[in-house]
Amino acid sequence: MNYRIQMAGLLTVLAALLTVESAHAVDPAVLAAQQKRIDVVAKVAPSVCAIFPPGGGGGGSGVIISPDGYALTNFHVTRGAGIFMKCGLNDGIMYDAVIVGIDPTGDVALIKLLGRNDFPSAPMGDSDKLKVGDWSYAMGNPFLLATDFQPTVTYGIISGVHRYQYPAGTFLEYTDCIQVDTSINPGNSGGPLFNDDGELVGINGRGSFEKRGRVNSGAGYAISINQIKYFMGHLRSGRVVDHATLGATVATEADGSVVVGSILEESEAYRRGLRIDDEIVAFAGRPVRSVNQFKNILGIYPKGWKLPLVYRHEGEAQRVLVRLRALHRKSEITPKKKGGPRPQPPGKKPGDKKPGDKKPDGKKPVPIPGHPMVKKPAVPEKYKHMHIPKEGFANYYFNQLEQERTLKGLKQLGDFSSATGPWVLSGKTDRGLDYELAIADAGIGMNLGPRSFLQELDGADPIDEPPGSGGLLFAMHHLKLLLTSGGKNFTEFYYLGTEPFDGGSEQVDVIVAVLTGAESRWYFNPKNGALLGFDTRLADDADECEIRFGKLVEFEGRKLPSELKVSRGGEAYVTLKIEQATLTESPKKNDKK
Amino acid sequence: MKIIFVARMLLAVAMLTAAPRMLAAQSAGETIKSVMPRMVKIFGAGGIRQLHAYGTGTLVSAEGHIITVWSHVLDTDEVTVVLANGRRLEAKVLGAEPQLDLAVIKLQEDDLDLPFFDLANATSASPGTRILGFSNMFKVATGDEPVSVLHGVISARTRLTARRGAYQVPYDGDVYVVDAITNNPGAGGGIITSVDGKLLGMIGKELRNAESNTWINYAVPIPEIRKVVGEIISGQYVREEKSDEEDNPERYNPFDFGLVMIPDVLYRTPAYITSVVPNTAADEAGIQPDDLIVFANDELIQSNRMLKRELGRLEGGDTLRIIVKRGATLVTLEFPVQKKPGS
Repeated sequence: MNYRIQMAGLLTVLAALLTVESAHAVDPAVLAAQQKRIDVVAKVAPSVCAIFPPGGGGGGSGVIISPDGYALTNFHVTRGAGIFMKCGLNDGIMYDAVIVGIDPTGDVALIKLLGRNDFPSAPMGDSDKLKVGDWSYAMGNPFLLATDFQPTVTYGIISGVHRYQYPAGTFLEYTDCIQVDTSINPGNSGGPLFNDDGELVGINGRGSFEKRGRVNSGAGYAISINQIKYFMGHLRSGRVVDHATLGATVATEADGSVVVGSILEESEAYRRGLRIDDEIVAFAGRPVRSVNQFKNILGIYPKGWKLPLVYRHEGEAQRVLVRLRALHRKSEITPKKKGGPRPQPPGKKPGDKKPGDKKPDGKKPVPIPGHPMVKKPAVPEKYKHMHIPKEGFANYYFNQLEQERTLKGLKQLGDFSSATGPWVLSGKTDRGLDYELAIADAGIGMNLGPRSFLQELDGADPIDEPPGSGGLLFAMHHLKLLLTSGGKNFTEFYYLGTEPFDGGSEQVDVIVAVLTGAESRWYFNPKNGALLGFDTRLADDADECEIRFGKLVEFEGRKLPSELKVSRGGEAYVTLKIEQATLTESPKKNDKK
Repeated sequence: MKIIFVARMLLAVAMLTAAPRMLAAQSAGETIKSVMPRMVKIFGAGGIRQLHAYGTGTLVSAEGHIITVWSHVLDTDEVTVVLANGRRLEAKVLGAEPQLDLAVIKLQEDDLDLPFFDLANATSASPGTRILGFSNMFKVATGDEPVSVLHGVISARTRLTARRGAYQVPYDGDVYVVDAITNNPGAGGGIITSVDGKLLGMIGKELRNAESNTWINYAVPIPEIRKVVGEIISGQYVREEKSDEEDNPERYNPFDFGLVMIPDVLYRTPAYITSVVPNTAADEAGIQPDDLIVFANDELIQSNRMLKRELGRLEGGDTLRIIVKRGATLVTLEFPVQKKPGS
């Protein structure tokens, strides 16, 4: 008996010692890791926002990426919130925010918080560097728990990278996305995924749910930040942006190779020689080994980007640059007017469930009782001017801002506004031929060596003149219009966004101008604003006339490129060296002279 | 004096346990790299209703023996296995032990030399151990994409009391209960390992706790299945038939509901209905002659015998949900199971 008590006493002492011992024996590495987590959360939490519709009810998350207040979230969060929304930061303050651009296919929206120029912003990381097993933080407002807008933090690992998740309906396709076991729940939508160093690597958007209800079941998905980087210029344009297709479908062969199963004859890929049964070797610089991989690569690029494609045709590898086609028709991605029914994917009834069905396909999280639901005016008077509706745009106001910024670059060339009379450019071609190019209101004429070419205006259709150039004469008409009157005389004129230039890795600013069915893309160096060249295509499915500028030389107080390199379908057509340029002032002035 | 001695002892013990951990520690990243080539994706039967047609498997021999869960996915002549490098191979079921929810399948390809887990090296672990879970849950990965990885901690090692649909799960041995959401659709046949890469258990089917009705996340410790796997591979395995009494209480038979089945003449006589007795539960539910019963309460019915067994397990007050194939369509019919008089 006595012995037993002694034993019990000894055990108690032992237990006490063990506790003391273990309290002191915490591995310094564990403490350091804990401190790092605390530091990372403290550093990035101020950039995380809780997004609410102006009238309350539901909500999602977002993350600020620039001091002037641009923030990323999910399209499906903004779709429920409207044009102006409220964003709570962890300083406890609710800010107004306005929609900028949307990507319904990629489920991304860019918004802008208003009222400050020193917002805390999250640094961007490189999502391609993530490895399975890396730690990650998801932050946001799951279940709308934070009444003080302090973000909820969940912590987990990367479960998979370069994942492909089928569209929920016709949109919300997650390509090349990041899979995490970090808890992602309703309300987390649109919030940031951070890597272990607190760099923004993704936007959390959905999860795999089946039988356990719409809560985390161990598989959450984030849109990679690298995809969003490709779309950033487009999103800042205020447009409804679209994803791309090659114009061909691919299938996996028994030997594992990926081959073309069908191809649109109107596609640029077809014009560059791609045919059925050709093997896709690499795309956008990444090797293609499976259909999903091909979809992954394709899915992260905006419509209209020109990307390198390597394919094998009859045993021979071909390397070409291909401009990608739109994935959707314009009417498919333009959001319906307010009050109209939400677009339902064809063949899918509301409430349809399928295995692996994904989180919020636009459904607002259930409003949680006890949260303030104060009715406020939907449009703050102060910021009313910051939304301009226009078809094809989420907010045309931001397109105007980007147009102004980009067109400033034209000022380097001088003032062409009075030079609306005929222009005559002349000199020699790279092959030593004499040429003379006259651009007037009635038409554009060109003498090239012994031959003459004419593009009539005044209602005439744009034609491929000189033949095989892709429409050089009509392109020069566009150039004159841009230089003399900016966007005024085009039927459509807008800032497109950014895209790589001639297969390089640097992105340039792009302005699009449309006139009588012909479309020009103007490329500006984003650093110094210089106009680098332009592409003009006469019809949707025609190869472009590509014109690149040489260094600038001065002609009578105005600057023009010393040479115009003209090519089509990637092949050089002619280089025009401008030796003389006569730009006549407006006809009226001429008459007076 | 005594206390100081004890403290010293404890310090020594602490250092001893800490030291090897530091030496042996393989990082999670290294573990993931070494485990991935040993995991396979399995594609087979299913794809209708909530029955997924995919699963996960783990290579346990260089020649292509794979352990997975015994499920409807394997109930087909053509089971396709996709290796980590994307290679697609056919596999055959070598043997199964439904009591353990275990099946061993074998790749139908000679001269394979694949990376595998030697089950002899599997260890056990105690609650608190950090683990990684590997599986192709939700069929997230296809082709050469690696399966999904989750992280968590062993919460408990305990006996399993779980239900699948209305039925008690036959396996009632030890399991690891984990705090990661490991047991998702298609995850069965995946594994959990310690963070430094030691094989601990095989992830089981999706099951609910028999008492709380909540989904449970668990894995069957490898030592529980090791012997049977070895016997199936070597061809020595003989299933111990449990007495029919326990397995089939025979509480109900088809005729109790008004179903007249075609005579049970084959080993697997298809469960065709010859006639329906008027004014019975089956008649009122709209069951028709020539219907083929394919599911009863979410269990795949392959034969008359299986139907008998499923019906035998019903209890008064249950709902019987039958899916019949009528012509080219599947029709779902439901009716309550009446209490038998005298029971």
